Order: sequence, then C-alpha cells, then structure tokens
Amino acid sequence: MSIGVIVFPGSNCDRDVVWATQGCLGLPTRRIWHEETDLSGLEAVVLPGGFSYGDYLRCGAIARFAPALRSLVDFAERGGRVLGICNGFQVLTELGMLPGALTRNRDLHFICEDTNLTVVSSRSAWLKDYSATGQLTLPIAHGEGRYQCSEETLKQLQDDDAIALRYGKNPNGSVGDIAGITNPRGNVLGLMPHPERACDPATGGVDGRAMLEALTN
Amino acid sequence: MTVPRFQARVLVRLRPSVLDPAGEAARGAAARLGVEGVSKLRIGKAVELELEAADVDEARRRIELLSDRLFANPVIEDWSLELLNS
Repeated sequence: MSIGVIVFPGSNCDRDVVWATQGCLGLPTRRIWHEETDLSGLEAVVLPGGFSYGDYLRCGAIARFAPALRSLVDFAERGGRVLGICNGFQVLTELGMLPGALTRNRDLHFICEDTNLTVVSSRSAWLKDYSATGQLTLPIAHGEGRYQCSEETLKQLQDDDAIALRYGKNPNGSVGDIAGITNPRGNVLGLMPHPERACDPATGGVDGRAMLEALTN
Repeated sequence: MTVPRFQARVLVRLRPSVLDPAGEAARGAAARLGVEGVSKLRIGKAVELELEAADVDEARRRIELLSDRLFANPVIEDWSLELLNS
C-alpha cells in the first residue's frame, strides 16, 4: 500500500509532497499522472499545490475533468483518504467533493508566509494528533485562497463539525477565517496551508508531519 | 443539409455578495486616471462561442450546461446567456 500524488500540468508541489511523505516520513509514495485512472493499491491520495491546466477559467475548474479525478471520486466514496493542499483544495471544491469555493485574496496579493492555525475539529484522523495543543504553524503560499460559501453552507459545515482549521489572523478574507475543511465523513481534507513544507526540520518546522502521517493510519 | 450554427455570448459575473478585489483595485485606478464618480466597478468574464446544433433549443440546452458546469462556478458566480443569431 502506498500514497499517490496526482500530478497535473502545472503542479509544482508534487515533489515536495513526495519528499515529505517518503523522504521525511518513510511512507512509500508514487506520483500519478493526471491521465491515469488506476488508483488501485493506494491507501491515500494527495492533490498537491501549484497550478493545474493553467487554472484557466478558475483555479481547479479544468482539472476537475481529469481522468484521474473520476477515479478519485470513487476512491473517496469507498472511504479512501484524500488530502487536497492549496491548488488541490481548489480542485476538490470545483469537483464538489468539498463545499464552497476559493477566490482571489481580499488584498489581491500573493501571500507567502507562516501562519498560525487553530484546530477547530480534531474529530478526523487528519487532526487528531493536534488535539493536545490545538495550534500549529504552517506556511501558506497562494493568491486565491479566500474561502467563500453561502451562509447555509457555513451552517452545514458547523453542524457537520467539518471546519478543520481556522487562521489565527485571517490573511486573505476567508469566510469565518476558514483555512481547511473536511467532508462530513472526515476522510477528505482540503486546506490552503502547506503541511508538506513543514515536515523537514531543516526547512521550516515539523508541524505538518502528523497531518501527513494520517494518510496511512 | 447543413447543421445550423449558433453564436453565443455568456457573461459570467461574481455574485453581488462576493467581494471583487480586482474590481476595487481597478476602481482605485480609475480615480488615479482622473475619472471621478465611479461608485461601482466589478469585473467578470465574457465567453464567446460558436456551436452547431440541430435547433435553437438544443443550442441553448448545450450552452446552459456549459455555463453551469464549466464557465461559471455557481457558488460564487452568476451567468447570463445571449444567443446572437438564432
């Protein structure tokens, strides 16, 4: 069993994920070109950050039709774990696997900095190891990370205990300071911060490790 | 027999409730250009397309599907369709 990282034309954090999961954590990982449809033998799938198909129309709008993602919908419905990071989160919302949408940052800037995050719900496997402190620091790097949803959707997220992470200091204007959400079942997590960039002590802390370890346990 | 060809324009706009920072930035630039009184400026997209379809109803059905599922994200955007030479 291994972790799959889906690679779109324009993905640029796929190697970072492989370094984090395989290089730092020793979890077998393979990259999967977006045109492949075979996800068999995978325990979890990561949609990495970067861009996908130029992000024409909207971020993730065209990636949603990739052959690999048709298989991913079945994979998630069978309970497989899916982690969407940054552009991967955008793709998951366009795909309808997570509600809401990610739009241009409030102040138009591309923001690249460390952010303090609060764990809102540690019910899912992704965040259970953070329940002791309820806080973590991860880098963000995005121009379109402002989470938007209707009031009904926001209420539904709260009712489902599906808000995973909030920003301590809202960098981009996201509704409810939301940095990451899960599906109701909890096997799919999408977030704008980059846990894979916080796994190697040489380059920026290790607060992302437990989230990536949750891919396989 | 030739299949009728239709031209259409789909206008995609951010929903009124969604902040448009790019529009606000452009509005600021309008003032710096010396154009006063611009109280609202919002930026959308226009998609122009041509397609062949058996009749106008079929053309409209296909473009509506495209608009709903591809051109616009209904979570944040509205769209409107003009069929130009039906």
